[in-house]
Amino acid sequence: MANIEFFLNGTPRQCHVAPDTSILVLLREHLGATGTKEGCASGDCGACTVAIVDPHAPAPAYKSINACMTPAHQLQGMALVTVEGLASNGRLHPAQAAMVECHGSQCGFCTPGVVMSLFTLYETSVGEQSLPSPEQLDAALGGNLCRCTGYRPIRDAALQMLTRDQPAGWTHEGSLGLSSAQSSVPPPTDDAVFFYQPDSLEELTKARARYPQARLVAGATDLWLETTQQLKPLDQLIDITRVKALSDIETANFNAQKGWWIGAGVTYTQLEPLLNDHFPSFAHLLHRLGSQQIRNRGTLGGNIANASPIGDTPPVLLTLGAWVELASISQTRQLPLEDFFLGYKKTALAADEIVSRIFIPRLGEHTACHAWKLSKRREDDISAVLGAFAYRLENGRLHDVRIAFGGMAAIPKRALKAEQALEGKPADANCFRQAQAALEHDFSPMDDVRGSAQYRRLAAANLFERLYLTLSTPSQEVMLHAYAH
Amino acid sequence: MRTLTRLDTQNRHARRELDDKIKGDGPLARHTVTINGRCHAGQSSIHESAEKHVSGKAAYIDDLVLPADALHIALGLSPVARGMLTRLDLDAVRLAPGVIDVITFHEVPGHTDIGPVFPGDPIFVETDISYAGQCLFAVAATSLHAARRAVKLAIVDIDEQPARLDPVAATQCEELVRPTHVQERGNCQEVLQQADQVIENDLFIGGQEHFYLEGQACVVLPTEDDGVIVHTSNQHPSETQKLVAEVLGIALHAVTVEVRRMGGGFGGKETQASPWACIAAIIARRTGKAARLRLPRSEDMHVTGKRHPFHNRYKLGFDDQGVIQGGEISLIGNCGYSPDLSDAIVDRAMFHADNAYSLGSARVTGYRAKTNTASNTAFRGFGGPQGMMIIEAAMDDIARHTGTDPLTIRKRNLYREGRNITHYGQTVDQCQLLHTLIEKLETDSAYWSRRKAIAQFNATSPVLKKGLALTPVKFGISFTAQHLNQAGALLHVYTDGSVMVNHGGTEMGQGLHTKICQVVALELGLDLAQVRITATRTDKVPNTSPTAASSGADLNGMAVRDAAIKLRERLFDFAAAHFEIGLDREGMHLEDGMLVAGLGESERKIPWGELVQTAYLNRISLSEKGFYATPLIHYSRTTGQGRPFYYYAFGAAVSEVSIDTLSGEYQVDRVDILHDVGNSLNPAIDIGQVEGGFLQGMGWLTTEELKWNDKGVLVSDGPATYKIPTFGDLPDTFNVSLLEGHPNSMASLYRSKAVGEPPFMLAISVWSALRDALSSLTDYRISPRLDTPATPERILLASQALRVKTL
Repeated sequence: MANIEFFLNGTPRQCHVAPDTSILVLLREHLGATGTKEGCASGDCGACTVAIVDPHAPAPAYKSINACMTPAHQLQGMALVTVEGLASNGRLHPAQAAMVECHGSQCGFCTPGVVMSLFTLYETSVGEQSLPSPEQLDAALGGNLCRCTGYRPIRDAALQMLTRDQPAGWTHEGSLGLSSAQSSVPPPTDDAVFFYQPDSLEELTKARARYPQARLVAGATDLWLETTQQLKPLDQLIDITRVKALSDIETANFNAQKGWWIGAGVTYTQLEPLLNDHFPSFAHLLHRLGSQQIRNRGTLGGNIANASPIGDTPPVLLTLGAWVELASISQTRQLPLEDFFLGYKKTALAADEIVSRIFIPRLGEHTACHAWKLSKRREDDISAVLGAFAYRLENGRLHDVRIAFGGMAAIPKRALKAEQALEGKPADANCFRQAQAALEHDFSPMDDVRGSAQYRRLAAANLFERLYLTLSTPSQEVMLHAYAH
Repeated sequence: MRTLTRLDTQNRHARRELDDKIKGDGPLARHTVTINGRCHAGQSSIHESAEKHVSGKAAYIDDLVLPADALHIALGLSPVARGMLTRLDLDAVRLAPGVIDVITFHEVPGHTDIGPVFPGDPIFVETDISYAGQCLFAVAATSLHAARRAVKLAIVDIDEQPARLDPVAATQCEELVRPTHVQERGNCQEVLQQADQVIENDLFIGGQEHFYLEGQACVVLPTEDDGVIVHTSNQHPSETQKLVAEVLGIALHAVTVEVRRMGGGFGGKETQASPWACIAAIIARRTGKAARLRLPRSEDMHVTGKRHPFHNRYKLGFDDQGVIQGGEISLIGNCGYSPDLSDAIVDRAMFHADNAYSLGSARVTGYRAKTNTASNTAFRGFGGPQGMMIIEAAMDDIARHTGTDPLTIRKRNLYREGRNITHYGQTVDQCQLLHTLIEKLETDSAYWSRRKAIAQFNATSPVLKKGLALTPVKFGISFTAQHLNQAGALLHVYTDGSVMVNHGGTEMGQGLHTKICQVVALELGLDLAQVRITATRTDKVPNTSPTAASSGADLNGMAVRDAAIKLRERLFDFAAAHFEIGLDREGMHLEDGMLVAGLGESERKIPWGELVQTAYLNRISLSEKGFYATPLIHYSRTTGQGRPFYYYAFGAAVSEVSIDTLSGEYQVDRVDILHDVGNSLNPAIDIGQVEGGFLQGMGWLTTEELKWNDKGVLVSDGPATYKIPTFGDLPDTFNVSLLEGHPNSMASLYRSKAVGEPPFMLAISVWSALRDALSSLTDYRISPRLDTPATPERILLASQALRVKTL
């Protein structure tokens, strides 16, 4: 297998590791760089946060990621910055110095990860006129668990560091000028064990056809749990992230609708501006999907192809009437998203197919969309219930009602009976009561670690009451500001 | 010192101003002992490892560089909670790639029971399986990955039996890990018969996973004299030393245990760090190679015990003013399968079933229920928080019952002169401080005007409801096991004047080592930079107590001070006799790196370095050990009476919350805290303990939910399913102050007070505020049941039963 060539804290490195090696294992076990810590090996605690930048990108920007859940091979051609690389000439980086002065570390184990999240915040916001908003701070630091401090001194450090100047001489620009290294890992020479990074859709579909048993990887935010938690080998991996066509967002007309084709490899972070502009409720949901580190890695295509009953985007996409495009070496086909999910973790994807794009139609006039996620913790938690509602309100009546739920069935699923109870009806208490009753026939949810069936049923029904109140008494606040949008 | 957290400009400015004041010699950095205007204890010195933390240079166990042939250990765990092990076939495991050694119960050379205080914790299962996650065997291989994969090849047959998971049922049929204990003062039956009003209620209080960011880990190196050196992430090195020696069947002097720092402990590494050291020690001795054992997160969560869940009940009689006359409280601690520290933990729950209130004539009973889960263990507060919850629940209940504001009821019931003896017979010194503190907080937080505003808000808001609560904390400081209240220290001065100090306490992030260095710098008149603390080691300071019970600085600080004073006095005696210039022994002191003698014109100064060099050349010892034992404390478990605590630490918090009665979602809008640390040793570190403890307590009572399936297997076994507070859970407004001007009434270290655990319980105010918001749905007539953790699910189910539906 090929060497990985990348820059580590400004220095070129070449490494040779197995396909299922994470950046964290590469750093700690192969390179002896133990500053980056393992707290959970599941992408939930942020102790392993590092910063990565693609020097080939038009506007290279540091992104925080979880080293424990990122395949080392995806470093190919990238520049990686770890906690050991921040200080220069014996001087701490502003993110580090502020943490020291604000008493931001106690036991210190989460600190390298916190510092790296602060570093990316610093790099993206230093020089801005105003300090980051509470929402921006939440986003930057919500993926770093600290069990000691209670976060106040970390928040202080985040604000204080931005009043400090970039230390002279601190730069990894050298690595940004990187040109000699190949930007992707070449085709496999060994059919049994490989990490292949095709750089075109054609190469990708060819590889898919040739290695139907290989696993596709993009953000790896779920796939990688198979190796870190279940110790399953991941010997054959095909990485889709180097296929340009899969990371584009294009405006388009499809099926007589205006909208956007979103490449399956588009990350949540890349998706954010579009959602902010056109689907604010969806954008708000995105802030509560995983952490910044996860959003920088996870992809829309992954969330769909993974077909989890508790994925956050599918219910919203179902209500928006999204389509998926599936590509193989011989053909491309499109189907409505609801036809894609067949059963628990079962999809319409054939063995030689990949999810290539997702079409999201633009919201029509007078059309509203809400996405309401209920979870134990507001930030970085998986939904117990996620309810998404889209409808057109005209002359006091509801039309084109589409309602879908996550966490209520084995797949993300539309609430067809509840939709029917509302379709064409006046938005009054009676209709919503009937929709609540109909919902009982749409779903029979489960008890699990995230909530009881009783809670799920009740909470889902109450979301109809929330929607009713939103429509009937718009001046009344019916959501907490931490959750409202 | 206070901190303010709000992101508007005005508060940012205020905070910056305050920060300036607390830095260095600012007026708010209270110099508790001042020698000629200069001291180190009392300053907000930064954590001794802070620069290493932020640059990744602070080494934890898994960062230690080992010899190339070092072994990595993985554990084979029981998948079932109760049963008999009928077959354990490890042949395939032994043959797996990279495997060097496999051990079971039968390979243990010495003791097989590693119960820390009482027996009951087998190092490996022999036949009886007591919980899911119990250790069956261990595999040592050339890599952790190889070891973990090999574990999966084991063939394990278990004759499974139904797990016992209900602690209440266990108590009823006397399935207990330790005998029941009772504390009684006065005749509660008589009071209950005669009281104006009597109410009773019960409450379930969930447990809590420690979730230290660094999981359990150790490295064991074999030594040439058949012993071992153990590097471990551990709050109790001396106990690990003893258990490792016993398991290997060797003397304690052949085992050295070293702890540089922990990536968090919180009680979870007091007794439960030892088993891994014992297993790794057996492997290291058998193979002659270094052995590392680090538990991956989910295994850590399955294998180790947690904060005890409790089922508590009260029956209390009170007068028409809501003042408690007496009654009964019973506490059932779910101890898991073995005693571990549960005897003392349930005791401490009992000691805190009064919190800050006089119970009158009361009988408090503590049960130690045995169930088929991991053995529950120490966790910040050590049962105290669970004990307090029941009386705080009662305060709210009495308030609703009498139609009075809960704060009024709480204030009426506080310990006061004439009602200042606890149900276990200790007089509450400084009980007036509770009143002072609450009144100040009540004013500073504008409790009553906010109460009014909230009532108005709730009257006009159909879905969102606000709640407000002020709850106090009174927490007893001392180990309740008397013998643990001792500490030792070792102080070396080298010939260049640099100082090295060691003591029995361990650093887990709480800033103990920083405070200790401050003590030495203060007593020897040196800069902090001249004082270095190195790893805690059993061969430097022996027979130590765990770093627990908030006692780290109290005990070890006093021992270190003892050593420093002895050394200083020896140097003074020497200087007075030796130097020809004639130094006045009276009034001699160390200051700014100088020995200073005499006053005015006769003042003489000798630089510290010169003093030390001269003393060395004159054969004066530059090394000293120190010792401390807490005076006055005693407690009789026969009578249930005594003075178990040297003193009490106090505090209070006001929390305001909003709940969404349709979804069960909630947010903490504002928190104000005033906390008593006596004279602060380091205001920044103490504030860090207060804030960190509060958030951790809030997590315990809100989102941190442990769930087991009906077979007794933990299903909330990682951060994806077990949710500790994250950045966004920091309240929008968070005002934290240390109470100024009230030194400890007891002769503690510079009249400071312990701070590790007490602030944890300030978070009860959040739970009480959530309950207050729910109660608003009934116009404050009903006190709704709210078991903990108060997850959105529990809030929703509670509110759904009370709210007016619009559909």
